[in-house]
Parts: sequence; C-alpha cells; structure tokens
Amino acid sequence: MRIFFHFGRYLLLLRQLFKKPENYQMYRQELFRQMVAIGINSLGIVMIISVFMGAVTTVQTAYQLVSGLVSRTIIGAIVSDSSILELGPTITSLVLAGKIGSSISSEIGTMRVTEQIDALEIMGVNAPGYLISPKILAAIITIPMLIVLAISLSIGGGIFVGDLTGILSAQQFIEGARSSFLPFNVFFSLTKAFTFAFIISSVSAYQGYYTTGGSLEVGQASTRAVVYSCILILLSDYLLAQLLL
Amino acid sequence: MIEIKNIRKAFSGRPVLNDISINLLPGKVNMIIGASGSGKSVLMKLMVGLQQPDGGQILYDGADFVQMNRQEKSEVRREIGMLFQNSALFDSLTVEENVLFPLKMFNPQSKAENLKRVNFCLERVGLTNTNHLFPAEISGGMKKRVGIARAIVLNPKYLFCDEPNSGLDPLTSILIDELIREITTEFNITTIVNSHDMNSVMEIGDKIVYIYKGNKEWEGDKKDILFTDNERLNQFVFATNFLKQFREKSRNL
Repeated sequence: MRIFFHFGRYLLLLRQLFKKPENYQMYRQELFRQMVAIGINSLGIVMIISVFMGAVTTVQTAYQLVSGLVSRTIIGAIVSDSSILELGPTITSLVLAGKIGSSISSEIGTMRVTEQIDALEIMGVNAPGYLISPKILAAIITIPMLIVLAISLSIGGGIFVGDLTGILSAQQFIEGARSSFLPFNVFFSLTKAFTFAFIISSVSAYQGYYTTGGSLEVGQASTRAVVYSCILILLSDYLLAQLLL
Repeated sequence: MIEIKNIRKAFSGRPVLNDISINLLPGKVNMIIGASGSGKSVLMKLMVGLQQPDGGQILYDGADFVQMNRQEKSEVRREIGMLFQNSALFDSLTVEENVLFPLKMFNPQSKAENLKRVNFCLERVGLTNTNHLFPAEISGGMKKRVGIARAIVLNPKYLFCDEPNSGLDPLTSILIDELIREITTEFNITTIVNSHDMNSVMEIGDKIVYIYKGNKEWEGDKKDILFTDNERLNQFVFATNFLKQFREKSRNL
C-alpha cells in the first residue's frame, strides 16, 4: 500500500509544478543555472563512458563473430544499432541517474532539513515550482542532447578501436552502420531520452523534497533517488520497447 | 493584528496543542516561551502556515488564515518576515543575493533600487562589506543578522523569530535581541519570538505567553512574570539558583 501513497504524493507534487511562476525572469535564470549543472557539468563523464562503450562493444562483437562467412561490416551495424537503441540512451541515463539524481536529491533534501524550503514558502514562493520545475525542464532539454552526443561518441569509439586493432576498417564500419540505419531508431532513442530525463529529475526531486531528519536522511534519500531512478529507467525501457518496436 | 482562537493540533493522535487562544499585541514584541517539546515551535509553524491545525482560527487582520487557499496564503505571507533558528540562508547565494531574493521575486523595481534597499537593510542590521560573502563564510551571529535583513527587506507587518538566540554567545544574543527590539519599534512591526532564553524574555518581551505541554499556562508582561504565583511558570523561569536568588532579592525590595 505504501507504493500508492508515494505515487499519489508524487503526482500531487508534480501538480504543484504547473502553477504560474511568481517571476518568470527568476525561473528562467534558475533554468539556465540548472542546464549548466545538469548538462554542461555532465559532459566529461558522458564522453568518457560513450567512447569506451562503443570501443568495448566493437571488440566483443568481433570476438563473438567467429564465422568467416559473416561480413565484418556487420560489426558496424551491430555497434551502431546497439548504440542508438540501447547503449546510448539507457547506459548514459543510468550513469546520469547516479550523477544528477543524487545531486538533485541531496541539494533539495539539504534545503529541506535546513529549513531553506520553509523560508521560500514563507516568502510566498511556490517552492516546488521554483526548485523542481527548472530542474525537470533543464533535464528534459539537456539529457537528450547528452544522449545524442553519447550515441555519436559510442559509434566514434567503435570506429576508432575497430580501425586501430585491425578488426575492421573505418570504411567497413560505416558501411555496416549505414546499411542497417533506420530513422525510426533515432526517434525511439529520443523518446527514451526524454522519458528517462523526466524520470531522473522528477523522482530525485521527489525524494529530496520529502526528506525529513538530518544529514543521514539526506544521504538515504539520495541513495533512494538513484536506486528508484535506475529501476524506473529499466522498467520504462522495457515498456517503451514493447510499445514502440 | 494576529489573533489565535482555539487552536488544536495533534500528531498521530498525540495532542501537541490544546485549545490555545492568544491575542498578540500589534507593534510589540510578543514572546512565546516554554520548555523544549511544549509545542511552541508547532504553534509558530501553524501561525505561518507551514503546518495545518486540526481546529481553530488564526486571524490576520480578521481574515482566517487557516481557511485561505494557497494564493490567499501567499498574499498574507508576503507581509510576513521570518528569522529561522538556523537562519535558513540559501547556501548557493551570497549575503547580498540572499537579501535581494525576495525583492527580485516580488518587487518589480529596478536593480539599482533593489540593491539600495538591500544595502539599507544590511547596514540596519550592522553588516557592511559582507555583501559578497557566502553563508558558509560568516559567523552564526552574522547569519542571524542576514536572516533579519532578509526578513525585513519587503517591509513586513509581522516578524516571526524562531529561537533567535540559539547557538549564540551571550554578547551576540544581546545584540540580536536589541536588533529585534529596535526593528519592531522603528518599523512598527508585530514581532512574535519563540524562545526559552529568559534573558531575551526579560529584555525585549512586551507580552509573554507561557506554553506548558500544549496548553496556554500563563500570559502577561515581564513585570508580572517576576511575581507570578504560577508554580509551573516559576519552575521554568527560575530554573537556576542564580535566578531564584534574584527573585528573592526582587521580592524583598
């Protein structure tokens, strides 16, 4: 029954995000600040994991393709399709759930336990609107961009390592990737990206917003934010695959 | 003017406030005192709308705050300034940005005018050359001053102070008390202070309300408190031997 309580409270919190802002300029400033925190500050980690994701997938796919009857270009097709459909959006989102989710949850949770959210409420500010909606919006704008970058770098990593190790040439890789490319896959990938961005930001904000206690509880809320975000990402990944593919 | 009528509050069936009624003095310092766990913090949270009472009325100039919708409550809250126990300054903002925040949010004045007001408030609480420091870079007493500056920046009608002296040394406590007293008089604010610091009570309290286990046990002014026959209040106020001796000497005068 507890899950229904949390789901109901989560929906009520989301409803508060759609109230008219007290001052659009302040909300816009906060949105840009969050876009930097969520988007720009995650560039490094996204770039590193993406390159290695593509590189490792290339090596492992080649390792499993022992038959000489199968063209090497198939490696390019597998790596690029995997990057677009699954590795780019899902793995990147799982990593971002750890980085951004814990950051959002601990920031809001600390504000809660140090009465900063109460201070906002007493000023007459819609605290969920001011604190949470710019974060969700920033995540929805920047995370799909990060995922597009991740997909590109993953394919780039695959090309680089394939060429470097002699598994297949860059030309073979690109030929394989182009032969299997479907524009719908990009649409599917971006659908996942928007969904995961919303899950990471809203679930983490919910965990932080209802933190009670002290620093120990802030840490626990942060952990819950990451765990629940990851579970919901995987669940929605499956549901979207069932619905759209 | 704030009137509290028959306020009740319970948590998980356990009563915390029982039928409390208080008329607060406008333009004066009203002290709510009581031991830890007596319900005074809950009463203050109910008064500013951070919690909802189970019954009763909280009247701001005759309008029942409890029955107001969110928008109406926001309007009333813009007339309220609050100093929190731990100051509740925004960590990511500088001293100047903290005080500027309510102005930027609600006051459509030019940036120069807003900054002028911020500097006036900071100077009023005795803070200069601290505008660009972050809360983590200033002392506890300075944080309280910034909290007061932020609370008064929108010219509130009501100032709520939750344990303003907690965690401060005696000298800084006196300075904060003096500041609260001066601001109350100077800007004609109705101030409500929640405290168990008897020095503060005797120094700045115009009206004193004693809460005991969720009930209003006593109310009066600071002259009455020295000579009250209320045993529970006496035990609370004259808890130390020093104060007991002080009371005996006062009675013998």
